[in-house]
Amino acid sequence: MAKEYNWPKFGTAALLGTDQDRIDGIPKATGTAKYSYDINYPNMLIARVLGSPHAHCKLTAIDLSAAKQVPGVVSVVAMKEPGNEIRWQGDLIACVAAESEGACAEGLAAIQAQYEMLDVFVMDDQLEAAEAAKRTSKGGDNTQLENEAGEDEDEDEFAEKELQRLFDESAAVVEGYYGIDAITHMCLEPHGSTCKWDDKKLTANLSTQNVSGTAGQFASPLGITAGDVTVHCDFIGGGFGSKFAADPWGVLCAQLAKDTGRPVRLMLDRDIELKTAGARPSAFMKVRAGADKNGVVKVWDSHHWGTGGPAGGAVSQGVIPYVFDPPNRRRKATNISTNTGPSRAWRAPNHPQACAISQTVYDDIAAKLGLDSYDVFLANLPSVSNGKAEVYADQMKVAAKLMDWKAKWHPHGKGQADGDVVTGLGMGIHTWGGGGHPSNCLIKIHPDGGVETSLGSQDLGTGTRTAIGMVVAETFGLPLSAVKVNIGSSAYPASGPSGGSTTIGGVSESNRRGAQDALRTLNELVGKKLGVEPNTLIASGGRIFVEGNPDKGLSWKEACSLLGMQPLEQKGSFVPGGASPLSSSGVAGVQMAEVAVDRATGVVRMKKFVAVQDMGLIVNRQTAASQIYGAAIMGIAFALYEQRIMDPQSGSFLNAELTDYKLPRLGDIGEIVVEMYEPESEYNRGVIGLGEPPVIAPGAAISNAVANALGIRVPVLPLTPERVLNAIEKGRNA
Amino acid sequence: MTDQHKHQRPPSGFNRRAFLKGSGAAATALAGGTGLVQAEEATTKIVGPDLKPITLNVNGKDHKVQAEPRTTLLEVLRLQLDLTGAKPVCTHGSSGASTVWVEGKPVEAATTLALDCVGKKIRTVESLGGDKIDPVPTAFVHHDAMQCGFCTPGFVVAVRAFLDKNPQASEAEIRAGLNGNLCRCGTYANVIQAALEVVQGGKNG
Ligand code: FES
Repeated sequence: MAKEYNWPKFGTAALLGTDQDRIDGIPKATGTAKYSYDINYPNMLIARVLGSPHAHCKLTAIDLSAAKQVPGVVSVVAMKEPGNEIRWQGDLIACVAAESEGACAEGLAAIQAQYEMLDVFVMDDQLEAAEAAKRTSKGGDNTQLENEAGEDEDEDEFAEKELQRLFDESAAVVEGYYGIDAITHMCLEPHGSTCKWDDKKLTANLSTQNVSGTAGQFASPLGITAGDVTVHCDFIGGGFGSKFAADPWGVLCAQLAKDTGRPVRLMLDRDIELKTAGARPSAFMKVRAGADKNGVVKVWDSHHWGTGGPAGGAVSQGVIPYVFDPPNRRRKATNISTNTGPSRAWRAPNHPQACAISQTVYDDIAAKLGLDSYDVFLANLPSVSNGKAEVYADQMKVAAKLMDWKAKWHPHGKGQADGDVVTGLGMGIHTWGGGGHPSNCLIKIHPDGGVETSLGSQDLGTGTRTAIGMVVAETFGLPLSAVKVNIGSSAYPASGPSGGSTTIGGVSESNRRGAQDALRTLNELVGKKLGVEPNTLIASGGRIFVEGNPDKGLSWKEACSLLGMQPLEQKGSFVPGGASPLSSSGVAGVQMAEVAVDRATGVVRMKKFVAVQDMGLIVNRQTAASQIYGAAIMGIAFALYEQRIMDPQSGSFLNAELTDYKLPRLGDIGEIVVEMYEPESEYNRGVIGLGEPPVIAPGAAISNAVANALGIRVPVLPLTPERVLNAIEKGRNA
Repeated sequence: MTDQHKHQRPPSGFNRRAFLKGSGAAATALAGGTGLVQAEEATTKIVGPDLKPITLNVNGKDHKVQAEPRTTLLEVLRLQLDLTGAKPVCTHGSSGASTVWVEGKPVEAATTLALDCVGKKIRTVESLGGDKIDPVPTAFVHHDAMQCGFCTPGFVVAVRAFLDKNPQASEAEIRAGLNGNLCRCGTYANVIQAALEVVQGGKNG
């Protein structure tokens, strides 16, 4: 008989869906949790890297001899050879390993390198300049029309005419320019590792989102096999999509440890981290959109561009316009190659930018028609591309109530000013997949009643460790504290990398499957002992007993003693593909923002932010809510504060330090209201990932709120005071 | 066009630029009028540039450690005493992640020189844990005021120090008074709730 896996029936779970404190909370809050940066080995060396001071150049000479003479310096290694082209400021040139931070810094300063300068281009917002500098490449295009071209008609010409006809018929046409700057990941624990060799075996304490997948990346360049490498990461200080690989600096750290015969720590300096270890691509767009008198968009024509660094890499054209898919649209993307650090996945790749540059257009249509933005979003829901129009409509109702939207709404630019301060409302909607990744675990039940599960997963701070414990404890009818969760080592059964909100689905699947199978085995023994059919038994409240007859049973401990001398070991495995009763994918989500804008200073203040989010079956309510709060705050960051600022002449990254890279602080976030959208139908969909979706729509929601307050669009995010004042000035002159 | 990227090291073996860069303590050293800066004016005994044994009183215990003039308190705590709760997040001390107490005042260990702490009482986040856990970290856990947790120890110290000074702080005061710490994961909303619980639950003391 095929094994059956399922969740407790709706409303019957003991732990799932409750608020549980993280099981690793106290070590984190009292400073004893050990991150890669915190692993200290006796006799350890500190390594740091030298980044290129120039954005585009050729290394012509490098002399390490003076650096090698610095007292305390143990090893100096060049990472580029003369003749190598360097394509962004901060690319790694050389590395020093030394007895102390200070000796390291002195060693780096003593490295002598010469460069030949090459042409620099960093102006990713300027399409024409990029074309003139031959820095553009095609990013794809796609046209969809309700009417088809005739047999002998040229498709492009037909599209041109058809779009024009549709624009002519539109009740309102918005034509404009929208954008969002590149930002960085700014993981507070920078990229890096602490590496140590024991004989021919490497232990790499790597700050990674990919514990099970990185051992091999160390092995091949070091001439060993993946089996000789153990990657550890019990705690990681932020990744957000940038820490999936061993990276050159990880491999170098291991190499230095091998060469010097001493443990080595190499964490990137903050500025190098920001310049070289990943950024989120920018997006800028010229667009024309036409709508009927209700604001329903019938025609869309856009060209967007942006950069993902030297290799180009604009936002995918497939997500423009975002979530909404009007019946007639032409869209085109152009990649711009710049002398900036290469991009890496950033929480919900493509989506936050696509949302910010396209749902602002929908809001401008509302403004143009003098309609309530809410009504325009509602009217466009039939065109959503993910089939979730009804969920959005429902969530919009919930969000509007929490925001008190109808009472607060005023037409764009028509609110009552309090001195120079005007307030406004805006909204945005988003979508994401979030299906589980492949995952294996090993569940052990010890004869003394102890329970543990081990898997090569990682907890990015989302609460994965606690969620795993809850799934196993729920299955065995035990309290959360009874389950020991072992993650963070590649020595454990392989589990997927944590990206794309795939972790909770994957680890819940493997652990529920493994635990249900283990319980079936244990129930065989209990059934035999009690003289009952094993399938009449349930595990609940620390006991295994006949369903409906709690007295006929054994305590968990008694049950486990039936195992004899050996623990029961059970593997749990999940491979995505096909329907599973335990997990699925595909979420919606609605967000609304209320802001106050000071027209004299250009400063935007958050008043209130409402996030309504579906996520299938909720494992830990408390950590799930934290994901949404955190996403809202990261969204406020990229909507109002953070941007990578490049010097157009030199290509220098001007604000590559925390002092200059502006992020919101505790006093900047206003009131945030998180609402989990959880009718029974959501529970029955099983577990779905949650990390990405709520970070998508804040840009659009906040920009729309500012537009509603001012009656003017501030076209490019972040909406800094300077940009707000410029937009007001431009509006005045228009 | 050729650009020379080169730094000459002075023969003394003491490179002032590297000292400032390496220690990350430039601002403190210059603005604070530390013994070291005064040393250049020959008003105080010159120390360094070599390692010097010193005693630091950390969490109520004396520890013998080694420090150069450029060694930060953060380096000593983390590397020699294995007290890694305070985190190195940035060299300029703008994140609050390395917050510890020196003589009862919260400071950034990343911008404090170890030699300046001789004879002073140093307290770290680890002192709030152990057998008797302080209500602040407990409230952080209860309100999930942490995600990755890298900013959390610094934030816990900042909240503890703030509430010691403002035992009856209102929400508005908490929002206005805790802007020295940075969290990338976005835990601020929960930090506010944690701080409020400590105040309102009468656990603040
Ligand atoms: S919890 Fe990750 S930086 Fe604050």
